[in-house]
Amino acid sequence: MPHTKLRRLVTISVAVTLGATALAACGSSDDSDSEADSGPVSLTYWSWTPGMDKVADLWNKGQGKKDQITVTVKKQASGDTLVTKILTAHKAKKAPDLVQAEYQALPTLVSNDALADIAGEVDGVKDKFAEGVWQQTTLGSDAVYAIPQDSGPMMFYYREDLFKKYDLEVPQTWDEFAETARALKKKSPDTDLTTFSANDSGLFAGLAQQAGAKWWTTEGDQWKVGIDDAASQKVADFWGGLVKEGAVDNQPMYTPAWNKALNTGKQIAWVSAVWAPGTLTTAAPDTKGKWAMAPLPQWSGSENVTGSWGGSSTAVTTDSKNKSAAAKFATWLNTDPEALTALAKEGGIYPATTTAQTSGAFTEPPAFFSNQPDFYTKASEIAKTTAPSAWGPNVNVAYTTFNDAFGSAAKNKSDFGAALKTMQDDTVADLKKQGFEVAE
Amino acid sequence: MSSLAVRKAAPAAGTTPGTAQGPPLRRRIALVPTATLLLGAIYCLLPVAWVVIAATKSGRELFSTFTFLPGTGFGENLKDLNAYRDGVYWKWMGNSALYAGLGALLSTAVSAISGYALAIYRFRGRETIFNILMAGVLMPPVILAIPQYLLMAEADLTDSYASVLLPLILSPYGVYLARIYAAAAVPADVVEAGRMDGASELRIFTRIALPMMVPGLVTVFLFQFVAVWNNFLLPYIMLSDDEKFPITLGLFTLLEQGSNTPALYTLVITGALLAVIPLIALFLVIQRFWSLDLLSGAVKS
Repeated sequence: MPHTKLRRLVTISVAVTLGATALAACGSSDDSDSEADSGPVSLTYWSWTPGMDKVADLWNKGQGKKDQITVTVKKQASGDTLVTKILTAHKAKKAPDLVQAEYQALPTLVSNDALADIAGEVDGVKDKFAEGVWQQTTLGSDAVYAIPQDSGPMMFYYREDLFKKYDLEVPQTWDEFAETARALKKKSPDTDLTTFSANDSGLFAGLAQQAGAKWWTTEGDQWKVGIDDAASQKVADFWGGLVKEGAVDNQPMYTPAWNKALNTGKQIAWVSAVWAPGTLTTAAPDTKGKWAMAPLPQWSGSENVTGSWGGSSTAVTTDSKNKSAAAKFATWLNTDPEALTALAKEGGIYPATTTAQTSGAFTEPPAFFSNQPDFYTKASEIAKTTAPSAWGPNVNVAYTTFNDAFGSAAKNKSDFGAALKTMQDDTVADLKKQGFEVAE
Repeated sequence: MSSLAVRKAAPAAGTTPGTAQGPPLRRRIALVPTATLLLGAIYCLLPVAWVVIAATKSGRELFSTFTFLPGTGFGENLKDLNAYRDGVYWKWMGNSALYAGLGALLSTAVSAISGYALAIYRFRGRETIFNILMAGVLMPPVILAIPQYLLMAEADLTDSYASVLLPLILSPYGVYLARIYAAAAVPADVVEAGRMDGASELRIFTRIALPMMVPGLVTVFLFQFVAVWNNFLLPYIMLSDDEKFPITLGLFTLLEQGSNTPALYTLVITGALLAVIPLIALFLVIQRFWSLDLLSGAVKS
């Protein structure tokens, strides 16, 4: 988000020093996997979700009391820095029992042997989630490394009033989207449909995912990187073209200028995810009740898929002395109706379980979208169409390169294809440097 | 820190002979230096002004009104900050005060005694120790955070107050400053005179040398205090319980709330403003110790 620099600085300095001390730490690796499941158990859980402590209290007073499992939440800052912190703690065998992790961070954690396989503890949980969401926690294997918590199906947000004013139709396909952008430019040269922002790689990753891209796949023991594949190229060229001809803006999101553009109607649409109402509430407070949500435009009229942007899961670490107790809590937290209602209320999350998406907490639309009563009904239908995603062990590197390469390409309105190629090359080079086998 | 350098240099400049001779020159305002200094001042003060003004804006005004137009939400922001998770902000403030206050105090004590020893006593290996310290000064503390974490983990001390305090106590820069200052401020003759009068070495240090070193030690203390107050990486790695977080870390968690929760900008800005106040207060209070006559000596040459 806005302070990528600080985050990157922290990540880099941690990474550098981690590397320097990795050798020293390797000396002591005693596998004390003694499962002590009898008697009272107390677990620690690193999470950034606001109000998670209150949800854990529900467990501690209810189910947890029966099972003699007490969970203590330690609130953390989200993002890549937390992944690094977990890995540092894991080096010292001091990682907490449970951690919250974004889906794209799971392969990094798994390849560092930080996450436990809890497949044996979570029978039947799989059916409660959409296929595309669940598959992210298995990394395409028989193991289960986490339970999905929230998801971020992508959607198209637009200013209903201004679309009417400029006489625009809500685009069903990306071709129509481009036409809409051009039509708007003609009618009101100072107004942009939206912007292509290069400061949050999750957006581009989600768009590529919708187009069918598979950025990381495994082939036997080898990783295969497909960032530069045909689907991603299609997406990059599409947006690169729009930026080049000036049909959409090229300024980054989450800046004061962007907030202002949304608030004053200089930008009248946003390709975002289910959590957008929260962001819009702070970014564009004066536009309350003027927005509407629609499915993401499609690449062809017959398709109905969306990508995902954001979302996280609950994982059990290999350092935990009470893995099955931890798995029990993780399952409760993400499947129990009471827990999910509390999570939605306290933490504002959009649950990954399909049943919870239409449960009591989601009968009312978000306050900012009070004009669209079926917001969450629509959202849950869109969530079902989420395309599977494929993350690898160095998503952070790919994302950093994205910020740099696409950042300058968007600024200079130059070739997005070349930026994509840079992203591919840097990611492959880093994988090799880390000692992974990479299929060319 | 630059103000310190200026203060130290000032008396020396005043004693330069020759300036008072001849007919008094008309004082002219030197345009270029003044303009440069003004620019520098604006550069330094503008962000501060931004924080002060932004802290008065409500969430609705923050990004929509003119940047330097004061808002109407300061009271509301304070109230929200106070109410956030049952006032955890004040807990962070208290923690920061503890880490910075106690940490700087301990570090100053260690620096004083080691700096004094290195300056006054001649012993084998003295230069080696000093050179190692110099190397330590050049080493950014960031590099040490992870090794220190692994060490603390061995000792089972992670996620405790001690895990943040202990690594702060030995500050190579503090020892270095204390040594330089002791060498300049504590004349060998005075130490010798104390010995002649039969005072023990400890007594010489505590009763004679220490008072002479006070202005230098105040510098060490302030320097350490600010460094700890602004420290981020060490507590970030050591601590997982947010009840033990210092203010820097606490504000960071307010910003990084995950993608589905908007960052609490107004709280962070108000919190950052309040977090600067103790530092400013400390500088104002302690500043006068620097003005103690640095040149007052116990021996006449």
